Amino acid sequence: MVELPGVDPAWSAYLNVPSTAGVDPQGTVNRWHYLDNLPSIAGEVRGTLLCVHGNPTWSYLWRSVLAAGARHGWRVVAVDQLEMGFSDRTGRKRQLADRITDLDDFVAAAGVRGPLVTVGHDWGGVVSLGFAERNRSDLLAVILTNTAIHQDPGSPIPAPLRLALNGAIHRLGTSTTTAFLDTTLALARPRLAGDVRAAYRAPYRTADRRRGIEQFVADIPVGPGHPSHAELTRIAESIRTLDVPVLMLWGPRDPIFSDTYLDDLIRRLPHADVHRFEGASHLVAEDRDIAAPIFDWLNVRASSDDDESEAPGATTPLWHQIRERSRGPAAQTLAIADMGQDGSVAASLSWQELDSRVSRLAAALNRIGVTAGSRVSLMVPPGIDLTVLIYACLKLGAVIVVADAGLGPKGLSRAVRGTVPNFLIGIERALAAARLFGWPGVRISAGAVSPLRGRLLDVRYRLEDLLSEGNAYDGADPDADSDAAILFTSGSTGPAKGVVYTHRQLSAMRDTLAATLQLAPGSALVAGFAPFALLGPALGAASVTPDMDVTAPRTLTARALSDAAAAIDATTVFASPAALRNVLATAADVSDRGKAALERIEVLLSAGAPVPVTLLEHLQPLVPNAVLHTPYGMTEALPVTDIDLGQIRESAASTCSGAGNGVCVGAPVPGAEIRISALDRDGVASGEPTAEPGVTGEILVRAPHVKDRYFRLWVTERESSRTAGWHRTGDVGHLDAQERLWVEGRLAHLITSADGILTPVGPEQAIERLDDVRQAAVVGIGPAGTQAVVAVVEPAHGAGAISLAPTTLASAVRQAVGSEQLAAVLTVSALPTDIRHNAKIDRSAVAEWAAAALEGRGRKRP
Amino acid sequence: MKVLVTGASGMLGGAVASLLVQNGHTVRTLQRRSSGVLGAEDVTGQLTDRRTLETAVADMDAVVHLAAKVSFTGDPAEFHRVNVTGTADLLRAARTAGIGRFVHVSSPSVAHIGKPLVGAAAGPADPRQARGSYARTKAESEILALGANDDRMSVTAIRPHIVWGPGDTQLVERVLNRARAGRLPLLAGGTALVDTTYVDNAASAIAAALHRIDHVRGLALVVTNGEPRPIGELLARMCAAGGVPGPRMSVPSWVGRLAGSAVETFWRGSNADGEPPMTRFLAEQLSTAHWFDQRQTRKLLDWTPEVSLDEGFARLADHYGVAI
Repeated sequence: MVELPGVDPAWSAYLNVPSTAGVDPQGTVNRWHYLDNLPSIAGEVRGTLLCVHGNPTWSYLWRSVLAAGARHGWRVVAVDQLEMGFSDRTGRKRQLADRITDLDDFVAAAGVRGPLVTVGHDWGGVVSLGFAERNRSDLLAVILTNTAIHQDPGSPIPAPLRLALNGAIHRLGTSTTTAFLDTTLALARPRLAGDVRAAYRAPYRTADRRRGIEQFVADIPVGPGHPSHAELTRIAESIRTLDVPVLMLWGPRDPIFSDTYLDDLIRRLPHADVHRFEGASHLVAEDRDIAAPIFDWLNVRASSDDDESEAPGATTPLWHQIRERSRGPAAQTLAIADMGQDGSVAASLSWQELDSRVSRLAAALNRIGVTAGSRVSLMVPPGIDLTVLIYACLKLGAVIVVADAGLGPKGLSRAVRGTVPNFLIGIERALAAARLFGWPGVRISAGAVSPLRGRLLDVRYRLEDLLSEGNAYDGADPDADSDAAILFTSGSTGPAKGVVYTHRQLSAMRDTLAATLQLAPGSALVAGFAPFALLGPALGAASVTPDMDVTAPRTLTARALSDAAAAIDATTVFASPAALRNVLATAADVSDRGKAALERIEVLLSAGAPVPVTLLEHLQPLVPNAVLHTPYGMTEALPVTDIDLGQIRESAASTCSGAGNGVCVGAPVPGAEIRISALDRDGVASGEPTAEPGVTGEILVRAPHVKDRYFRLWVTERESSRTAGWHRTGDVGHLDAQERLWVEGRLAHLITSADGILTPVGPEQAIERLDDVRQAAVVGIGPAGTQAVVAVVEPAHGAGAISLAPTTLASAVRQAVGSEQLAAVLTVSALPTDIRHNAKIDRSAVAEWAAAALEGRGRKRP
Repeated sequence: MKVLVTGASGMLGGAVASLLVQNGHTVRTLQRRSSGVLGAEDVTGQLTDRRTLETAVADMDAVVHLAAKVSFTGDPAEFHRVNVTGTADLLRAARTAGIGRFVHVSSPSVAHIGKPLVGAAAGPADPRQARGSYARTKAESEILALGANDDRMSVTAIRPHIVWGPGDTQLVERVLNRARAGRLPLLAGGTALVDTTYVDNAASAIAAALHRIDHVRGLALVVTNGEPRPIGELLARMCAAGGVPGPRMSVPSWVGRLAGSAVETFWRGSNADGEPPMTRFLAEQLSTAHWFDQRQTRKLLDWTPEVSLDEGFARLADHYGVAI
């Protein structure tokens, strides 16, 4: 074999293997090429990974696994399948069953013994599963990368494969020319380096050498008539009883092996650990580092059993209050209401009606196939329908998927596709998007959709029909520790992540919120912030959705808010900062009745994004008797701390140890604990969790309402929970002597200058206190460890594209920060913020702009 | 220590010689005209005259070599004669005289290939890619100097980046003249982040290299104030200190588009010493990012700049009698 980048020449080996495959005449001996890292392993061998490539790659695909394996004491043997790579061209058409026997023969001849871990990619995934299933006694674990085991007879095979299989194109594309090979290599994200591409092509230089590629494509069992179909089906069924640990590492941008195939595999191997590398494609082993996660995973899974020994305490389901109140004296009182445009209640349900409607919808959904574990994507605006849908799904044990338009069209599409919903319930606009982007799931329409549009949009059921069915659901409550919901992070740092909550954790979130805000059953609240619309009934509180476009929080007017409050004599308001800003702007339109209603508000909670103190200050006169709360939390833990306006004022004047440098977000909510993992000189949060005041580091949270895990992000989950029992938030801050938390920014936004580590929020606050500054971002540019600190300021007026700040502003900013360490002060007309809340400044984007401008290569338009 | 300082009639050379005298060293200087450094023994003569070199290094313990042809245009052969041959001869004379320490003062431009430098390391000198005769011959001489490092003579190369201070005719005076004439443009909005070195800091770094030669022998180190600033801000502060109106902050976009050549045209034109004040090389220096990672330099030299930018500009203003 020639010398190849990333491959130790000592790994390359040949072996003569007596064949027992049906396709070979008796006595046939085939010559195999394979890579084996055994020569590079110094100490004891912990086990062997048997790697099987697909078509049209070869063992070269696994070089990173071989290298890492040698370091971790794992032998890695990667074969070139016959007809492929540098192994023999036998000239015989090998089918799936032959290839599995081939692998058996190779392992026997090579004398490879257990414990064995099979690793497969593409059609090599199928071969490796076939081998795994036959060799269970030696099997330690199974690892799969982009592959498939089953083709749903009801859906077409992926278009690129249809093309490759087309009679006219097949030979031309696979062996006569290098088209199939080139197309596969071109799938790499990012692009492969020239020498790596050349290495993949090395064994396939002539049409004769490529014959195996053609035959491999021909062996794809496209339908029941195909000779390999029976074997494939047999394997697909038999793996259901595989009980070894399974890891699936996936590139979701694969045009062939999409999330649908991943989902099918997970259904067959439900205990699998899964990581989807967002943005990676078919050649996931090239696109991302799969080797480090593989050996980390083997350490975790192959050495000891994961014991979740914590004895679960008693809990009540999220719908406990609905059930209780519907049977008690309050049964006929208002539970939930939607406001109309005219300022009066447009629709409402009593507790009894709510309970009965939830129960009947659950039964109807169950009838059409929604069961425990089904994923149901809900794309319905907050209001009665959504509330009923949510509780009906939860009661069935179905998992609700809540991805919102705030992720932006691309982010939303990625989120929906990645969760592979079995059902998609949406209003017409959502169904149209589902059609456009090809989202999976059986369509159920909510709201008015004409029959014609319904057919066009693939609508199978209408919510109103389901709601009119009369049977009550009488199934048992789902297990408290089963999955209940998948919520999405805002994606302000990287692609949005799915966050999985169990029923127990949702109930804990409810209980924490009740304790924090002292909301007793029987109170009444206005749900101006979508996520809390869900929690109103759970809290036993009458809840009303004000008249607004809930997908655009800033459309909430003071009039709509006060009308809603008046309609149910609300004592509590939930709203987002964007909504509150508009409430303030429209405060003049409130009627006398509305004013009186607002005076009755006792608690106002601003949630979803950081809220400026000035906004709260201005809001207070409008709700003179309300305590203005602003909790701190994240999609993974809601809420973590809470603080009210009075406490904010107090903290600003506080001189206790640790006070200052950051935003004071208050003390932990009941049931939550906070620790800090201190930063080392490189900005890595490596410190043991501490509660010591003034220590800056990553914020760690422990609470019963912290998420269960990330959805199909094993690597991310492992990182976020690497301190056992704690969720690492990715936020940076410190505690003060009064146990209050001060947030200093995101871990990803730390600035590592030659003078040490700098967190952005403290200096940003100092700059934002200047009169002519609206917002500011402090970022680092240049190499880590010697970064230059740059302030990018959004002045109140007069700024355009990113440019140097005028001298007076620049010196004011430098003075405000109180140090000489600012390399530059730039201005820009608008700093970039996240789509969902329009409140969190995207410092990574700011750093990119600043870096471009300060390179002097002209200006990037923000 | 007995130290020979070449090129002491220049701003930096003078500062180095004065500092060494101040620190109690015996200082001899070698340059074409009198150095004017109090307390130093003057040898006047050419770097290209071997006899002069022999006289200059006699009885010395160390050499700090600053003398060079510094200019933006001129006969390439002349650059070579002074900067390359002159350095080679000085190294030979030093070796013959048994000199133990040799600090070769170089320039970051020896490794500059026209790309923005962002928190950059020193990088190896590269005569083939260096721009213009000055940078090319300085690159060659640095390679010669570091090549001469051995057990008997320790050699280091110190590369101060854009040295300025009171009495600076190379940069400060030119900037002020141009600004006075109302013709000081800013490229790309003046946002390019640039490191500079206040003259006293460059001098103290060179003195530190002399003392810490065992830590830095064979190495090339970039020296700066470690306070990169946008070039627009630096020019504005220079002008303020000189009491002249600052640069116009906005440049018509066509200037940006034509950056390379337009700049050269802008900077060219009549001036007192008859040489175009700036070439494309310097224009690039002033319009693309040039800032450096100073961690290794500071650690190896056990040195930090004493004069901050703020203090440096205050001293510059004082020099011009301007209150800022």
